[in-house]
Amino acid sequence: MFDVKRIREDFPLLKTKMQGHPLIYFDNGATSLKPQVVIQAINDYYTKLGSNSHRADYDLSYYTSEAIEATRKEVASFINARPEEIIFTSGTTAAINGLAIMLKKFLKKGDEIILSYHEHAANTLPWFALQQELGLVIKYVELTKNGEITTDNLRRLITKQTRIISLALISNVMGVVSKPQKISNLIKDQNIIYIIDAAQAAPHEKIDVKAFDCDFLVFSAHKMLGPTGVGVLYGKMEQLESLDPYLYGGSMNDKYDKTGKMSYLNVPTKFEAGTPNISNIIAFKAAIMYLKSIGMEQIREHELMLREYVIQQLIKEVPKIIIYNKEIESNTVIFNIDGVFAQDVATYLNSYGIAIRSGEHCAKLLHYYLGVGSTLRLSFYLYNTKEEVDVLVAALKAGGDFLDGFFK
Amino acid sequence: MVFSNDVLRQIIVSHYSAPAFKKAIDDPTFLKIHLSSQNCIDDFNLYLKVDNNVIKEAYFSGVGCAISTASIDIMCQMITGQSYEYAKKLIDEFHKMMREESFDQAFLEEAIAFINTSKQPSRIKCATIGWDGLSVLINKDQSDKKE
Repeated sequence: MFDVKRIREDFPLLKTKMQGHPLIYFDNGATSLKPQVVIQAINDYYTKLGSNSHRADYDLSYYTSEAIEATRKEVASFINARPEEIIFTSGTTAAINGLAIMLKKFLKKGDEIILSYHEHAANTLPWFALQQELGLVIKYVELTKNGEITTDNLRRLITKQTRIISLALISNVMGVVSKPQKISNLIKDQNIIYIIDAAQAAPHEKIDVKAFDCDFLVFSAHKMLGPTGVGVLYGKMEQLESLDPYLYGGSMNDKYDKTGKMSYLNVPTKFEAGTPNISNIIAFKAAIMYLKSIGMEQIREHELMLREYVIQQLIKEVPKIIIYNKEIESNTVIFNIDGVFAQDVATYLNSYGIAIRSGEHCAKLLHYYLGVGSTLRLSFYLYNTKEEVDVLVAALKAGGDFLDGFFK
Repeated sequence: MVFSNDVLRQIIVSHYSAPAFKKAIDDPTFLKIHLSSQNCIDDFNLYLKVDNNVIKEAYFSGVGCAISTASIDIMCQMITGQSYEYAKKLIDEFHKMMREESFDQAFLEEAIAFINTSKQPSRIKCATIGWDGLSVLINKDQSDKKE
């Protein structure tokens, strides 16, 4: 049974206070809090293993390497991939940047990349850089009134020059879900690479790369209870085998000589140059196991319950509320208080111990769709409660000019 | 001199809701700097008309939160007609107030409306964004003139 009270016991930060109030953490879209098992796993590495990986000359190093591979297996099973298809990066941003560098050799002037206005800066700027360097064309798929990406709208954009489609599974702002199966069906047997940014999806719903049939999929550990500085780049084996590394150095080479001749180890090792973020990769396994023990469907259900409740309460209690994504199922609610600058609301809520994000949420193209610059983003996770929502709603109701926090 | 929070609040609200020095300037004889921050949505320009190290006119344009907008408006009001030397002393005293060090209250006039900022550390950048821009503009202008 999903027991939020018991879950909350596992998160040390939920016992802390901010501005003298118990912390209410509604900024899960930015990063998640960590359960004690994850914190403990980091500590365990430094107190019990401490050695580098890929050196099996002595026991400690052997067990370190084994622990990293154990996380790789856990990640693979979590997204229904093979362990060899999992590459560890420093995060989603590094994964997409790496992909852009590695895919460059397949691209030439006039080739087209399809994105959407939903995309995070991590899934736009690396492509902009290629656009400028190679003379590529970037196209944006038209969104429906509810902000969805439909196959009809995608089909209209695809031409013989389309080489890459790179889309978020869930937008970090709106929460819109794109339908990967439909997209991969649409582009079947065309020479188009389909990349999924799952940074906002992996923490909240089941990922199945076989069912999605995407070429690449990327996400970050820290948004799903794991440590910062660890990301995953999944690639279909045949795709990974066609790519050259984007980082060169130790641990990834097979042989090299003074003339510059070099050969690489196999996939995925050839894409993991240098000492990895060992402690955090190991602890990422604890995060995934924790999520699995609660159940992704139960987490989703809990978030949707909170979302329905907060929308209902905000509409009832806060007359000046404007909600931008009422129709979209997700863990986020995007809103403003009519006539008040978003950041003034966010810092006012800080004085109540409520952590909430204001701004453009790293998606600076979205205003083309939304028609508004800065908004407030409330994003739920498994440890949030209806009582926390009540505190938020009461605070917003009493907001006035929203400068209370400044004069406490 | 001790002001009540209500008075300080009124100062901020009035400068935010009706800023007197908000005006976009399209005149190359003005010094200009763009002010933005990684942490917030503030997006301002600050314009100075300077003659012989005296700030003859000061304006700003753009959008930001109540704290940053009110702070820049008050700053423009206080530096208009003042020398670089005077403006630099204002900047120093304002930063002392931000750091909770002792400062010259009377000298800061309406700018003491921001005395509570240090209790909300996430707002220090809001209160100082205009003053920091002013400091950069003055320093740059002075070093340009030396060359």
